Amino acid sequence: MTAFNSSSFVNIGERTNVTGSAAFKRLILAGDYTAAVEVARQQVENGAQIVDINMDEGLLDSEEAMTTFLKLIAAEPDIARVPMMIDSSKWSVIEAGLKCVPGKPIVNSISMKEGEEAFLDHARKCMNYGAAVVVMAFDEQGQADTKDRKVEICERAYKLLVGIGFPPEDIIFDPNVFAVATGIEEHDNYGVDFIEAVREIRARCPHVHFSGGLSNLSFSFRGNETVRRAMHSVFLYYAIPAGLDMSIVNAGQLDIYDQIDPELRTAVEDVILNRKVEGEELSPTERLINLAERYKGKDAAQEKAAEEWRSWPVAKRLEHALVKGIDVYVVADTEEMRLEMARPIEVIEGPLMDGMNVVGDLFGSGKMFLPQVVKSARVMKKAVAHLLPFIEEEKEPGAKGKGKMVIATVKGDVHDIGKNIVGVVMQCNGFDVVDLGVMVPWSTILEAAIKEDADIVGLSGLITPSLDEMVTVAEEMQRAGMKLPLMIGGATTSKVHTALRIDPAYDGPVIHTLDASRAVGVATSLVSDTGREAYVASFKEEYDEIRVARANRGQSELISIEAARANGFVLDEAQKPAAPLQPGQHVFPDWDLADLVEWFDWTPFFRSWELAGNFPAILTDEVVGESATSLYADARAMLDQIVNEKWLTAKGVAALWPCHRDGDDVILDGEGKAAGVRLPFLRQQIAKREGRANMCLTDFISPNGDWIGGFSVAIHGIDDHLARFKANHDDYNDILLKALADRFAEAMAERLHAHVRTTLWGYSAEEQLTPQAIIREEYRGIRPAPGYPACPEHSLKSILFDLVDAANTSGAVLTESFAMLPTSAVSGFYFGHPDASYFGVARVGPDQLAEYAVRRGVDLETATRWLRPNLD
Amino acid sequence: MSSTSVLSARQALLTAAKDRVLLTDGGWGTQIQLRKLVEADYGGDLGLSHDQKGNNDILALTRPDVVTAISNDYFAAGSDIISTNTFSANIISQADYGAEHLVKQINHESARLGREAADRFTAQDGRRRFVAGAVGPTNKTLSLSPDVNNPGYREIDFDHLKNVYLEQVIALAEGGADFILIETIFDTLNAKAGISATLEAQEQLGRDLPLMISMTLTDLSGRNLSGHTVEAFWCAVRHAKPLTIGLNCSFGAQQLRPHVKLLSEIADTLVMVYPNAGLPNELGEYDELPPTTAAFVQEWAAAGQVNILGGCCGSTPAHIAAMAKAVDGLKGRPIPDVPVRTRLAGLEPFIMAA
Repeated sequence: MTAFNSSSFVNIGERTNVTGSAAFKRLILAGDYTAAVEVARQQVENGAQIVDINMDEGLLDSEEAMTTFLKLIAAEPDIARVPMMIDSSKWSVIEAGLKCVPGKPIVNSISMKEGEEAFLDHARKCMNYGAAVVVMAFDEQGQADTKDRKVEICERAYKLLVGIGFPPEDIIFDPNVFAVATGIEEHDNYGVDFIEAVREIRARCPHVHFSGGLSNLSFSFRGNETVRRAMHSVFLYYAIPAGLDMSIVNAGQLDIYDQIDPELRTAVEDVILNRKVEGEELSPTERLINLAERYKGKDAAQEKAAEEWRSWPVAKRLEHALVKGIDVYVVADTEEMRLEMARPIEVIEGPLMDGMNVVGDLFGSGKMFLPQVVKSARVMKKAVAHLLPFIEEEKEPGAKGKGKMVIATVKGDVHDIGKNIVGVVMQCNGFDVVDLGVMVPWSTILEAAIKEDADIVGLSGLITPSLDEMVTVAEEMQRAGMKLPLMIGGATTSKVHTALRIDPAYDGPVIHTLDASRAVGVATSLVSDTGREAYVASFKEEYDEIRVARANRGQSELISIEAARANGFVLDEAQKPAAPLQPGQHVFPDWDLADLVEWFDWTPFFRSWELAGNFPAILTDEVVGESATSLYADARAMLDQIVNEKWLTAKGVAALWPCHRDGDDVILDGEGKAAGVRLPFLRQQIAKREGRANMCLTDFISPNGDWIGGFSVAIHGIDDHLARFKANHDDYNDILLKALADRFAEAMAERLHAHVRTTLWGYSAEEQLTPQAIIREEYRGIRPAPGYPACPEHSLKSILFDLVDAANTSGAVLTESFAMLPTSAVSGFYFGHPDASYFGVARVGPDQLAEYAVRRGVDLETATRWLRPNLD
Repeated sequence: MSSTSVLSARQALLTAAKDRVLLTDGGWGTQIQLRKLVEADYGGDLGLSHDQKGNNDILALTRPDVVTAISNDYFAAGSDIISTNTFSANIISQADYGAEHLVKQINHESARLGREAADRFTAQDGRRRFVAGAVGPTNKTLSLSPDVNNPGYREIDFDHLKNVYLEQVIALAEGGADFILIETIFDTLNAKAGISATLEAQEQLGRDLPLMISMTLTDLSGRNLSGHTVEAFWCAVRHAKPLTIGLNCSFGAQQLRPHVKLLSEIADTLVMVYPNAGLPNELGEYDELPPTTAAFVQEWAAAGQVNILGGCCGSTPAHIAAMAKAVDGLKGRPIPDVPVRTRLAGLEPFIMAA
C-alpha cells in the first residue's frame, strides 16, 4: 500500500489522536466510542503496525478518555494484536494508560523539559511498567531546532537513561520535525537538520530508534492534501536511509515516491532538502507554493469508498459483522434484514444464528479466541435488542420470553470466568439469565430454578471435584422430580463424564456444552417447542454410545497380580448386608408375563432393529421417528397376543448362600451341595493411580462370613411360534418375537433381582423404585453376569448352573461354549454390599492366568482359551 | 542452617542450574485431596462464618502438618524448589471464604513452613533447597470485561490488584520465601500488576526478590486467556528481568512441546516448565503415570530447552521422583545470547529491526 511498508520502517497509526484528527476529536467529545474504536480498526487494517492514542484536549477528562479507549480496544483482537503508543504531554495520562495495556507499549513521550529528576522518574516508571519510550529532543531551554542542539540533547538523555539501567533498545528519539516552507528563512533548513541529526545520533547512541511526526512538516499546506502527501513521502524517502525507523503517519495516505507527479516531486525535494536551484529567481518555497495551487481541492482527502464488505448482501454483512465483532453497522443491517423477513424472529433464527454458528465453529476449531467471541456476542445482543420491540409487538399477551436460565458455579469451586461468558452470551440471545454466582450449593440451585420457573439450569466448574458436585446437583434435581434441562460446562467437564456420571443421575435432558459460543444453540434447541425431543434424544443416544465405547476400553501397563491384590478394594465390613430373610433356593416356574411388560427397557429393542435413539424420544425422532412409531405399534400388538394367548413362559431361579472370601475366590459355606464350592473371580491388573483400587468382585465379600446369590432366568415357548412365522415367510414377526423374548428375559432378570432385594434377601425391603429407575440401576447391589466386564470368564456359568440346578429350575442349559439355551436367558451373581459396583476387569497378565487355571481347576491351555479376550 | 551460604538465592539457583536440570515441585491440590480432609480440618478453630472446605491455602493455619508433609514428600522426591501453598491466598480469592483478614497470616505461615522444610533438607545433605512464594492469578481479570454490553468495564483496576499482590508478596517474603512465583498467568495484565507489586515490595523490604514468571496457555495455538502469544507474553514481562520464565498448567507436556521450544530460544533467562500430568481424562482425573510424564519432559532436558522441571495439576511426588531419575546427569540449558532488539507487544510480538 505504501512505499514504506517494509519491515524496517514502522507505520504508527495517527488517526486516534484528538490533536491530529478533528473527526476523532468530535467522536470522543460526543462520547461515540463505538465509532472511535472503528477508527483504530481502520488504522490497523490500513497497515498501522502500532496505534498512537492521544486524548490531550482541554474539554476532556484525558485520563478517563485514555483509559476508556484503551480498555475498549483491548476487547478488539483485530486492534489489540499490535502494540499501543500512549501519547500525552501529561504524565498522569500516560501512567493511567500504562495501567490498562497488557502488552509492551511505547510511551510518547518523556523529555528533560522539566529537568533531569522528573525525566528519570518517568523513565524508571516506564521501565517498571514495561514500556519503551519516545524521548523528545527537548531540555530545560526548550525544543531542539538545529542539528547540533538535537544531537546534544539526545546524547545527554541517552547517557542518563543508560545510567539507570534503561535498555537502550527501548529508547526512541524524536528529534522534532518542524514545519518547512513557512516563508521564514530560518525554517528552510529544518528538514535537513532533522535528517542529519538522526544520522549523527544514531552513530553516537547504539541501539536507539527514531520517530517523527510528519504532519508538522507540511503544516503550511493545510487543506492541500496532494502536496502534503507528496511532502511526507519525499521526506521519508530521505530520512529513512539516515535512520528514521518509525513515524506517526496515516499509513493509508502515503504516496509511493515513484508515482508522485515528477514536477511536484522535484519541487518538494527542493524544499525539504533546502536545495537552492541555480538560475531560479524564486526560492524553493515560493515555487512550491505556486505549483501547489494546481493541486488544491483536487484530492481533498476523499473518503475511501466504503469497505468492500459493505457492498455485500445484507445477510452476508450480518455474518461478517458477527464474525468480526463489528457493531457499528449492525443496527442498520438488522433493520434492513427485518424488512426483508416475514417475522422479526426469523432474523434471529436465520442470519443471526447462522453467523453465531460460524463463530461457534471458528471458536471450536481454535481459529477464534475468547475475546473475539465475547465481542461477537455483543454484536448479537445489539441486533437482538433492535429486534425485541418488534418481536414483543407481535407476541401474544402472556407469552414468555425466549427462556430463563439459572446458572451457577457449583459448590466448592470459585472459578467463574467461563460461566460469566456463558451468561452474557445467553443474555445476548434473548434469554433471561439468573446468575447465582460461585460456590453455590445444590439446594440454592434447586430453589432458584423452582422460584424463577427456569427453563434451563446451567452448571459450571473448573476444578476436578466440581465434577462430583455436578453429579450431586443432578441427583438432587432427580430427587426433586425436576424435568428441566441441565447444561454442563467448564474446563474439566466432558461429554464422556457427562455421559457416564451426570446423565445417568438425572431423567431430564443433560447436555454437555463444549463452549460458550455453542451454549446458545444448545439452549435454543432445548426451549424449542418442536425440536426439543429429537434434540435431547440425539444426545441420549450419543451418551449411550459413549458408555458402550467406554466400557470396552482398555490399555496401559499391567502390574503383578500380587501388587494388584494388595491394591484391592477395601471392604467396609460394617455395611455388609444382613443374612437373607429367606436363604436357600427359590424357583419361579411361571412368572406373570403382564407384570414383566411393566419392566421392559425398550431402548435396546429399537437398537436391535438398528434404529438409533432412546425410548420414548425415538418415537418422535426427526429421522427415525416414523418407523420407530410403527414398529412400536406392531410390538405392542404382538405383546398383547403373547400375554393373552400365553405364547411364552418365563421361568427363573434365585438362590442365596452363606460364603466367605478366600483370596480372589468366594467359597460357599453352610450345608448341602453348595458347601465348599469355589467361585474364582478375576482382578483388574491395569496400573492404577494412587487412591484407586484394582477391583475384583470378591472384594465385595467379607473373609469373615458373608452372603452371595446366584440366578438364572429363561423365556420358553418361542420355537413353535417362530416356526409358524418362518412357514409364512414372515421374517418381520420372526425378528419381532425374538426381540420381544429378549426383552422378557431382561425384564425377568430385573424383576427377580428386585424381588430378591426387597423380599428374599430383604436388605432393601423399603425399596420403591419405578421400573425406569431400576433400568438406571439406582438400587443397592449388583448382579454381574459371567461373560460381562466384571467377571468376563464365561465358564463360571457352568458352576452357577450346577448350583441352581438350572436345567430343572429355569430350564436353561449351556452349550459347550457356555452359551445359554433358550437364547432369551440371563444369569448372574448377586452382591448385596452397598459399595458393590460394576467395573471392567479388562486385560489380565500371565501371572493371574496361571493362578486362575489352578483356582478354576483346569489346565493352562483351557484357561488360556477361556480368558483369550482378556489376554494380550 | 546452611542457607546462610554466601550466595544469594538468585546466585545459588543460577549456579546450580549451570550443572544440571533442577526440579521444582508438583501439584498440591491432588496431594491435599488424597488426604480426604473434612470441614473441621480446614476450618479448625478459626471460627470463620463460611464453609472452608476446599480452601486449601488455609491449611497453613489449621493443618500445618499437612503442608509440611507435602513439602517433605516433594523434597524427598528430589525437588530443589517447593512452591508455597498460597495460590489463592490473596484478599480477592479469600473473600469467597470470608477469610480476607487471614491473608497475611496464611502467606507468612506457608512461607515459614516451606522455609523450615527446605532448611531441614539442606542441612541433611548440603544441597541447597529453595522456597518459591506462589502468587496465583486471582479470579478477576484486568484485561477482559465480565459485562458484554460494556467491553470497557473492568471489575477491578490495576492499582487495586497491585495492592492485593503487594500484601501477599510482602508476607511471603517476610515468611522466608526466596523467590516470588507469579504462576498460572491467564491474563498478562494481572501478571504485570504482580510484577509491579514485587518491584515495590523489593523497595519496601530493601532486598532482592527474584521473580519466577509462569504463563498458562488456554488454547493449543499457544495463547493465554487475554490473547497473548508466548512470545508476546515474554516481550510484555521481560522488563521484570525474571530469574525464570516458563509455562505451567493447562495442558500436559506433550501439548506444550512446541511452546517450550520457542520459549527456550527467545528467553535470555532460566526456563522453568511444570506441566499437568497429561490431559485430564473425561472424568477430570489425571491418568498419566510418572514414567510417562518424565519421559516427555526428559526430551526437553535432553534437547537443552529447560532449566527447571516440575509438575502442576495431577502430578505427584512420584512424578517428580521419576523426572529426577530421568534427567539425572543431564546438563542444564545454556542461557542463549539473544540479539539486542526492541521487542514490543500487542497480543502478538512486534520486534523492530536493529
